[in-house]
Amino acid sequence: MPFIPHTSSEIEAMLETIDAASIDALFDEIPKDLIAQPFAHIPDGNNEMLVDRLLQQRADQVESLQCYAGAGAYQHHIPAAVWDIAMRGEFLTAYTPYQAEASQGTLQLLYEFQTMIAKLTGMEVANASLYDGATSLAEAILMAVRVNKKRPKRILLIGSVHPYYRQVVQTIVSQQQIELVDIPVESATGVYAAEQLTAYEKTEFAAVVVQQPNFLGCLHATDTITDWAHAHDALLIACVNPMAMALCQEPGQWGDTGADIVCGDLQPLGIPLAFGGPYAGFLTARKTFARQMPGRIVGRTQDLDGKTGFCLTLQAREQHIRRSKATSNICTNQGLLVTAVTIYLSLLGDTGLRQVAQTCHQQATALLQKITAINGVQRIGDAPFFHEFAVSLPKPVDRVLTELAQRGIQGGVSLTAMDPSWPDGLLICVTETKTMDDITQYAAQLAEVLA
Amino acid sequence: MSESLIFTQGQRGRFATAQAPMPTTMETDLPQEYVRQTPLGLPEVSELQVVRHFTRLSQYNFGIDTHFYPLGSCTMKYNPRGVQHMVSKPSLLNGHPLLPAEYGQGLLQCLYELQEYIKDLAGMPGVSLIPMAGSQGELAGVAMIRAYHQSRGDHQRTEMLIPDAAHGTNPASAVMCGFTVKEIPTAADGDIDLAVLKTMVGPQTAGIMLTNPSTLGVFTRQIATVAQVIHQAGGLLYYDGANLNAILGRVRPGEMGFDVMHLNLHKTFATPHGGGGPGAGPVAVSERLKPFLPIPLVAYENGQYRWVSEGDGLPTIGRLSSFMGNVGILLRAYAYIRLLGRTGLQRVAEFATLNANYLMVRLQQVGFQLAYPKRRASHEFIISLSEEKKQFGVTAMDVAKRLLDYGFHAPTTYFPLLIPECLLIEPTETESKQELDAFVDAMCAIRQEMQTDAQLLKQAPHTMPVRRLDDVRAARELDLIWCE
Repeated sequence: MPFIPHTSSEIEAMLETIDAASIDALFDEIPKDLIAQPFAHIPDGNNEMLVDRLLQQRADQVESLQCYAGAGAYQHHIPAAVWDIAMRGEFLTAYTPYQAEASQGTLQLLYEFQTMIAKLTGMEVANASLYDGATSLAEAILMAVRVNKKRPKRILLIGSVHPYYRQVVQTIVSQQQIELVDIPVESATGVYAAEQLTAYEKTEFAAVVVQQPNFLGCLHATDTITDWAHAHDALLIACVNPMAMALCQEPGQWGDTGADIVCGDLQPLGIPLAFGGPYAGFLTARKTFARQMPGRIVGRTQDLDGKTGFCLTLQAREQHIRRSKATSNICTNQGLLVTAVTIYLSLLGDTGLRQVAQTCHQQATALLQKITAINGVQRIGDAPFFHEFAVSLPKPVDRVLTELAQRGIQGGVSLTAMDPSWPDGLLICVTETKTMDDITQYAAQLAEVLA
Repeated sequence: MSESLIFTQGQRGRFATAQAPMPTTMETDLPQEYVRQTPLGLPEVSELQVVRHFTRLSQYNFGIDTHFYPLGSCTMKYNPRGVQHMVSKPSLLNGHPLLPAEYGQGLLQCLYELQEYIKDLAGMPGVSLIPMAGSQGELAGVAMIRAYHQSRGDHQRTEMLIPDAAHGTNPASAVMCGFTVKEIPTAADGDIDLAVLKTMVGPQTAGIMLTNPSTLGVFTRQIATVAQVIHQAGGLLYYDGANLNAILGRVRPGEMGFDVMHLNLHKTFATPHGGGGPGAGPVAVSERLKPFLPIPLVAYENGQYRWVSEGDGLPTIGRLSSFMGNVGILLRAYAYIRLLGRTGLQRVAEFATLNANYLMVRLQQVGFQLAYPKRRASHEFIISLSEEKKQFGVTAMDVAKRLLDYGFHAPTTYFPLLIPECLLIEPTETESKQELDAFVDAMCAIRQEMQTDAQLLKQAPHTMPVRRLDDVRAARELDLIWCE
């Protein structure tokens, strides 16, 4: 029997110990009229070789295109050592580290992770992960409402937040009647303008949300908005791409006093695209807010002998202790992904991560130059960007994407497909995984398609 | 045994050069106010140092691969190696989530079929694969219950009924959806207190959240009556699928009268726990909740698979994930179901139940007290160490820590909260009789030690990388990140 080790003599002996006539007899407390109908759709089982062949057939029906799509999921090179180590059985098959003494490996790793992501974002404390970027933003907003509870449950979102993130936030925070107010970006710049804030001088907010870079890939001038939020007694939530933090100013340094809560998706740091998940969300904050954070948190402490060790801490915030009064319902999070991210950041280090980010930026800049030289191709917005930008094309974007796909290229993401309120534009991302030859090829193919 | 922090192992300027590309210049064209001015604070170590450090850390962990891990309500069964390999095909790992459906038909087919299988397992007609863990499945389910009542203009239903033995995520999820939680007591036999339940329902009742078998390790026998009482009051029933391993293919939540449920793929369907995730918590629903399922869903029309999303105009509760949930975990569960098939899945519940009942009876025979000695175990059961505490001053925590020294991961301790000094023990179907017997031997040896050397237990563990940790200090003197 697959994965069940019992021999028939063992089964007999066990039933005898239990004093039961059969395995069926062990279910005698279940009322007879509830006994299930046989499965209608689940097929018969198969051996490993045949199921592997089935999965290979399915995988063959997934086309591998050269990827210039970003929009929240970014293709980066993942060093071989990352998943080689993360997939060790001791990391892979451990549970949440409740028994600290038998989980020091996971716990020390999480402490190292918390340190890395806190420093990368310029903040004082971090949790051990959330599900993904979108839910990390929802949790950050719920946390801000708890921290800033004297203010009304109203949040100002500075344009443009990733449309799917925006929808996830809506799904989750609307359950608690939290109001969301949006400031759109200026189409000329691709970012918000300080003048747009004057309309909200007299409106009270619990927090202001800025995504950096924003959905169009553009970088906001974050000092003004951070100081504006604080002057109006609102918290500043930064939702950032952690890879961009190797190049761009970290939220801890924004404005006079820095952001209050930072969140985002760890996917760019060693997690494969894998059709959208599993990824991992993160959350960092000021130390004074630690007790309002959601999710697992690891702390360093001492054992009976005074020796350093690690354990889950501040568990009185969590659902398994506090139940209906917990800061969040989250239990299982994304531990294994954080394991990979911690190994990735350790391998790349300070210099390596800067080089990856700089290469992304340089190559994106190079591609933008090449394609805006094509007749009728124009950038949407003119704000500085990291590794992603939007352009308008002289032909419908959907058609262009289809023709590029026929040439083996996933040319980007259609803005209108993500959010019908956007103009017909193409969002393009370039990372270090592309060579200058690839970029030249892309520009040439696009020129042909548009000709 | 100890491993220094990776931050203290480095040298300024050292890094794993093979990993990073070399840009043509490190000078940036970005305006100064956008540029980072501070160090990143990351370690500066070689590739070998990284490999050694994290390999060593891994060796400080217990996992299913190294130890028996009878953690109650967590279903720590063997995670088949084959499944890992099957889902790691390059095109599946490298696909961008926004790849148009026409280029990803093979993937969508797997997900579509998984939706169908889950309908089968749940006995319910609607499924969404999106929730990324059990507790997000709960959030989705409770949000659907809320949306359902609101769609009927039934705004007075503000209370969610939850048994005192429920997982902590249940009340936490209900509160996240704006409900007030009303706790239902447990009767002496371990079943829900039906008499009290009947006095608690009314026009304010939105629904009830139940695990069956419950976290007390017993099947709630009057479930049909519970369903009737709740439905008559106009409420809906939520099934917490954390204990589905006990009844897979035997009883289906839909047939028990439940309207909505989540499944923990990282429990019942053997996807690895990863030291705390990732999991996946797909939701299944009855006909009346189908319109509210979280998006996107996978549909099959005219020979093509496609994503059902905003454009389809459903009154969905909306999105819950940046993209399409934890696809990699969904694929693992799909491969596991294809390996076991219908017969294999039924066998899971049979042998999980056999192992639990065997271990329960053996522990009782050697003198441990069962929480519910007159009941069958489901896939798990509870022993209480209250007597031992009275006699020897030894707690459930002491026994749990001492078990680590004997090479067993501890069972779940102090949960459910209503059984004092309890251990919740779930062996799963993949453990052999020898392993269970060895666990009983260890428990007997610990029982001996209680009488001869209680201090040994109070100071356990003795063989782990650290001795018992001071978690009060950890919470009082918060040290959450390393500072130079």
